[in-house]
Amino acid sequence: MTRTALLIACGLIVGPLLGGLVSGLDRILTARMQSRIGPPVLQPFYDVVKLLAKEPVVVNVWQAFCAYCYIAAASISVVLFFLQSDLLLIFFVQAVGAIFLVVGALSSTSPYSQIGAHRELLQILSYEPLLVLVVIGIYLETGSFKLADIQAWPQPLLLKLPFLFVVLGYALTIKLRKSPFDLSTCHHAHQELVKGLLTDYSGPFLALTEVGHWFEVVLLLGLCTLFWSTSWIGMLVLLVSTYFLEVLVDNVTSRMNWRWMLSYVWGVGLTLSLVNLIWLHQG
Amino acid sequence: MQALKRFVNGLRAKSPWLLHFDCGSCNGCDIEILACLTPVYDVERFGIVHVGTPFHADLLISSGTVNHRNKKVLANLYAQMPNPKIVVAIGACGLSGGVFRDAYNVVGGIDKVIPVDVYVPGCPPKPEAIIDGVVLGLQKLQGLGEAKGA
Repeated sequence: MTRTALLIACGLIVGPLLGGLVSGLDRILTARMQSRIGPPVLQPFYDVVKLLAKEPVVVNVWQAFCAYCYIAAASISVVLFFLQSDLLLIFFVQAVGAIFLVVGALSSTSPYSQIGAHRELLQILSYEPLLVLVVIGIYLETGSFKLADIQAWPQPLLLKLPFLFVVLGYALTIKLRKSPFDLSTCHHAHQELVKGLLTDYSGPFLALTEVGHWFEVVLLLGLCTLFWSTSWIGMLVLLVSTYFLEVLVDNVTSRMNWRWMLSYVWGVGLTLSLVNLIWLHQG
Repeated sequence: MQALKRFVNGLRAKSPWLLHFDCGSCNGCDIEILACLTPVYDVERFGIVHVGTPFHADLLISSGTVNHRNKKVLANLYAQMPNPKIVVAIGACGLSGGVFRDAYNVVGGIDKVIPVDVYVPGCPPKPEAIIDGVVLGLQKLQGLGEAKGA
């Protein structure tokens, strides 16, 4: 019982701390790639505390409600991950949160918010089947959806599911809002869509969506660690190299349109998953 | 509690998000403002982020003369920014209307429509001067938070 309570507290505290830190390192790394110095590593925390202390302004109450639902779902999914729960359950809880964020954006009449929301829906449509296929691949190899069983698997999953790891990389790029898939909202698209999905969230509610985003990042990086859960060093190397690649891809590619995203991600992602699943079935 | 307030007010100055509004400027000042974001000056070092919507902004940086067409837009942008907020007026035109102050369509400087906290003179001011002005504004932003007890 105490162990469960401890794990829940761990998920609720470690989740945002780790997510914020990753986001800070990401900003420094991006700045260095653009030959800039970049902000301090704790900058994301400064931003969130400042936003929480700002005057709350909402365009309508449903938006505030949706922001709370989003962070609730995102934090529950991370807590479930720490409790080593069922992988499918975790991903459906996370999907509920993602949808609430879109509903919140749709509840405002701002055209930028609306466009951002529609694009976010298309992004969800792109990555959600891929995530489910990754989870199915893990099940076919280990015979269980339970995280405890998957983490106890004697071999690194990466050796059997290399293509599915690449597919997870696509989903991660979309979820992290990195180029070329940063259609719905990103730091660099003022001229095109202001702040897209997040245009009408402000002050404390924007802070909630930011912390929710950190939770989601931690969840997806946690899913990456499953691919090398046999040793801590392997896990760390896999995580660092994956995230470095994400930042590199973000800086060398440009934002594409949703038609390209949908056809490319589904085309390449579904093919790679299929090849990997057939290979598993044969082997 | 007092320590927490001081901590939060310190962070306000460490994470100023600015909204840039060109209020009928010739683009001279705007180029200098955007130059602050380039690798040479890199204001993101101080946590300054250039945002596109007044809902997210702490600072309004405005350049150019106010005319009868855009005074409503300027007032609207200011009204949409959540408190605490400050305004920095950039360039000769933003301060007083500049060489256009006598034109039939010109209202005058930014302070004819909204309260201005910092004035940065020049035609156009150097990026260094703009960064100086923003830093002055940040001190005032910290003070605003303390005065409000927020």
